[in-house]
Amino acid sequence: MSVGEKKIRVDAYDKVTGRAKYTDDLCDKSALIAKVKHAEIAHGWVKSVDTSGAEAIPGVVKVLTCFDVPDLPFPTAGHPWSTDPGHQDVADRLLLNRHVRYYGDDVAVVVAEDEVAAMQGVRALKVEYEELPFVLDVQEAMKPDAPQIHEEFPGNILGHTEIRNGNYQEAIREEGLIKVEGWYDTPTVQHCHIENHVCTAHMEAGRVIVTSSTQIPHIVRRICGQALGIPWGKVRLIKPYIGGGFGNKQDALYEPLCAWLTTQLGGRLVKIDCAREETFVSNRVRHAIRTHIISWVRPDGTFAARKIEAFSNQGAYASHGHGVNAKGVNAFPQLYPCPNIEGDAWTVYTNMPTAGAMRGYGIPQAMWAGESHLDDVAKALGRDPVEYRRQVVMPVGFKDGFSKNENYFDTFNQVMDKGMAAIGYTEKRKAYAHQTGPVRRGVGMALFWYNTAVWPISLESSSCRMVLNQDGSIQVQTGETEIGQGCDTAYAQMAADAVGIPFEDVHVVSTQDTDVTPFGLGAYASRQTYIGGFSIRQTGQLLKERILAYAHELTRMPVSNLDLVEGKIVRTSDGQELMTLGELATEALYSLSHSQHLTAESTAQIKSNAYSFGCTFAEVEVDIPMCKVKLLNIVNVHDCGRLINPALAEAQVHGGMSMGIGFGLSEELKFDPKTGRPLNNNLLDYKLSTFMDHPHLQAEFVENPEPTSPYGTKALGEPPACSPAPAIRNAILQATGVAFDRAPITPHVLYAKFKEAGLIQD
Amino acid sequence: MYDMKALYEAKSVQDAVALRLAYPQAQIIAGGSDVLVQMREGKRAGVELISIFGLDELRGVTLEEDGTLRIGSLTSFSHITKDPLIQKYINVLGQAVDQVGGPQIRNIGTIGGNTCNGVTSADSASTLHAYEAIVELTGPDGVRREPIEEFYIKAGTVDIRPGEIQTAILIPRESYENTYGHYIKYAMRSAMDIATLGTSVNLRLSADKRYVERARIAFGVAGPVPLRARTAEAAANGQLLTEELAERFAQAVREDIQPRDSWRAAKDFRMHIAVESAKRAFLEAAKLAGGVL
Repeated sequence: MSVGEKKIRVDAYDKVTGRAKYTDDLCDKSALIAKVKHAEIAHGWVKSVDTSGAEAIPGVVKVLTCFDVPDLPFPTAGHPWSTDPGHQDVADRLLLNRHVRYYGDDVAVVVAEDEVAAMQGVRALKVEYEELPFVLDVQEAMKPDAPQIHEEFPGNILGHTEIRNGNYQEAIREEGLIKVEGWYDTPTVQHCHIENHVCTAHMEAGRVIVTSSTQIPHIVRRICGQALGIPWGKVRLIKPYIGGGFGNKQDALYEPLCAWLTTQLGGRLVKIDCAREETFVSNRVRHAIRTHIISWVRPDGTFAARKIEAFSNQGAYASHGHGVNAKGVNAFPQLYPCPNIEGDAWTVYTNMPTAGAMRGYGIPQAMWAGESHLDDVAKALGRDPVEYRRQVVMPVGFKDGFSKNENYFDTFNQVMDKGMAAIGYTEKRKAYAHQTGPVRRGVGMALFWYNTAVWPISLESSSCRMVLNQDGSIQVQTGETEIGQGCDTAYAQMAADAVGIPFEDVHVVSTQDTDVTPFGLGAYASRQTYIGGFSIRQTGQLLKERILAYAHELTRMPVSNLDLVEGKIVRTSDGQELMTLGELATEALYSLSHSQHLTAESTAQIKSNAYSFGCTFAEVEVDIPMCKVKLLNIVNVHDCGRLINPALAEAQVHGGMSMGIGFGLSEELKFDPKTGRPLNNNLLDYKLSTFMDHPHLQAEFVENPEPTSPYGTKALGEPPACSPAPAIRNAILQATGVAFDRAPITPHVLYAKFKEAGLIQD
Repeated sequence: MYDMKALYEAKSVQDAVALRLAYPQAQIIAGGSDVLVQMREGKRAGVELISIFGLDELRGVTLEEDGTLRIGSLTSFSHITKDPLIQKYINVLGQAVDQVGGPQIRNIGTIGGNTCNGVTSADSASTLHAYEAIVELTGPDGVRREPIEEFYIKAGTVDIRPGEIQTAILIPRESYENTYGHYIKYAMRSAMDIATLGTSVNLRLSADKRYVERARIAFGVAGPVPLRARTAEAAANGQLLTEELAERFAQAVREDIQPRDSWRAAKDFRMHIAVESAKRAFLEAAKLAGGVL
């Protein structure tokens, strides 16, 4: 069996030696280079673009502006298409925009023989604007007199959903309730994958061929078709290896523009390669969400009523839109059930960079608010945060009516037990209880709620193809994408077991090419190991049936007495190995009596979803006079079902923890309030945490096999990023007694709050 | 791909001087860790470059006859940190430049480039100010030496005259002898960052290690250029070494520095950190000097 083993990644050697080909490696040297002119105002209209200076620069081939593009608004979100118009994504973008909606919006493009000429061309463009007032803050944007960003969305409200369970107003009248209230803010952050978004496009036989660093090739193909107004089959999308995505590339970024450019250039190869500065501002960011929570608690700790309002800063364009905030708010009544709940999720357009998908999809924000608040409640009650959570957390057997998810196991208590033991919670919590002095320590924790994949909100389906080679090895293709997380390796392990061959005999075709790859949706929602497992198991069984049917012809044995085990045809009645799969496959292909190309292909539609829970425990040391937090220890504990590859699972958790640490302590995109201009859209001024800022990252697992999955697995891609930030916040709360409700907790914030709390006297 | 008009490679110091005179508008490039970044940003797009990178005679640390420590301007940060003379006489400088960027930047970045940039946040600058370093410049009229405080004119501007290149940084024996220093880089993360504030303190103690004979302190990012805090120094000179002195020394810093408000950090925050860093660096330097507290 391969599943469950620490197999070496199938792409490990190619990636560490530099042989692996990424989009830019595949781009022919003849490519024209396109550079985008980004708006230098936060809101207004482009009155004119003087292109003459740019066109005079040697090497500049073509300049196209917002006055040249087709008037075909298109959606960009990496969601499965819905054939129901009511469920389709908001189409609010053009390839280049006359209505500038954020500082950095795309207004023109210069195509040149090389990058230097293209950049000179961009600098030579003279854009005349009519400026309008702009708004950056989400609640300011909801005010009646706020600047209006999209005509179709009056009041800037892109989405609003409500939860009304029980009777909140009635419930809060109960005598003796303790009211705990807080406002919690999360920052605008960016994914910071290593490989910036890059794409190329050219034409062949009247079709547009796009190669892109994307997580979602089949979806981007559809969006390119929509944006250009051409049949979707006229677009071919190729996705090679990519250097990370984290959700930024779960969106159509510059592929539609690149695809259109080649049609304006006689089909010549053209490349758009984003600079890091552009990636920060003109791709996607994480929604900054401001959350207001009120809990009405009885002295025994039970909740009488709870209220949540979450205001999500969408930025300039819809992208993934309301789905992100809605997911976070929907977690609220599930994680800590309460009979009387009022919930409101608002998603609001502002003149900020567009927020899209980012690892965790609303849950890191929701956990920052909810888990910070839970510690505030525990503190108000004088209860230990872990012991209190055990009382109020989702019980075993809880079922969510909408998703039909069920909490089958005692996961929450199991992960907390493991996390407490790993960090030495009980002893440290006690030891750090009454500290004085300038340097203090604390331990804290946070739980997280997550679910797997997108059913029943959207389509869940996966298709797989397997082809048998002469030597008994197989190629496996799916529409699901390797984006660095290791799904090719997990799929090879699953396929090996499904067919009955050694892991080494599975060749996963890593590249998705919409002309040859089975239809699939791509990397998002922590879905691929769970969803892909269905079609791999099903297709593997189908291939095995065909192999055994052929084995029957060759061996004269009944199929019911045959099995394929580790690449050998075995007679199950006596265990005798009759032939190898390689012998069978060679005979099948070259047989003069019955030649057969043995393949299998199938689609699995998945109508289930799975909870995936866990927690973070963190220990900090706070140097109060220096306004510094040092993270001493951190451990994440996950129940993601059965581990397909424990080494890759651990790596996935490490990456998510790193992202969570930055979210809690240092990362934040800043904007000039006077102009809306981004201030720190580079890797020096945007404080992505480094290796030196991390302690040892400890990943622990509880393996309760997920009953709905063929392989017992469920989400692990995003969950690791969901709980580190509030766990760190709660550790700082224990250390200093100061509750930080705005992430990230930077030295600037520490200084201001410590001064307020009287811990610093200047 | 970099947008440059021309690259002139100097073969010797004299050749560099000749190129500077022939192409006065050209930008000098050494390691390139700042110049290339600025070109990429478009700030110096289309520039002409004079590269002095090949001038090996400007690399390395030596001790001159009179005991002056001579650091060739092209000496990289990583070479400075690992240099035995630096470690012996002015270890704090090696520690300070070991906090620049990451390992790759420290391998390519030079102390000459770090000072010629004229930026207040340079990790070498506060220590060089605190040690009253002398900048050696070579030009058409030969060699010129100038105290580093005068070399810095204003933010981003240093005193390099037509035809000149910086050839060395000199630390006189009197400055480093029996002197122990400590540098605190205050930054938002532990690597790959520029200083929010840089604090370099060095002390020379009395023979019995009970008194401060000479205290010097300089800051980066406490003003438009690196600067000394002389009120603080005066408050400590000749005084009995105590914790209380460290506190007085640190508080006196408020008289000397003018940190500013920017989106990177607020003035009151920088001031607070400056006082705290001054105290901690003072105590650490006293400890290194064998001080009796």
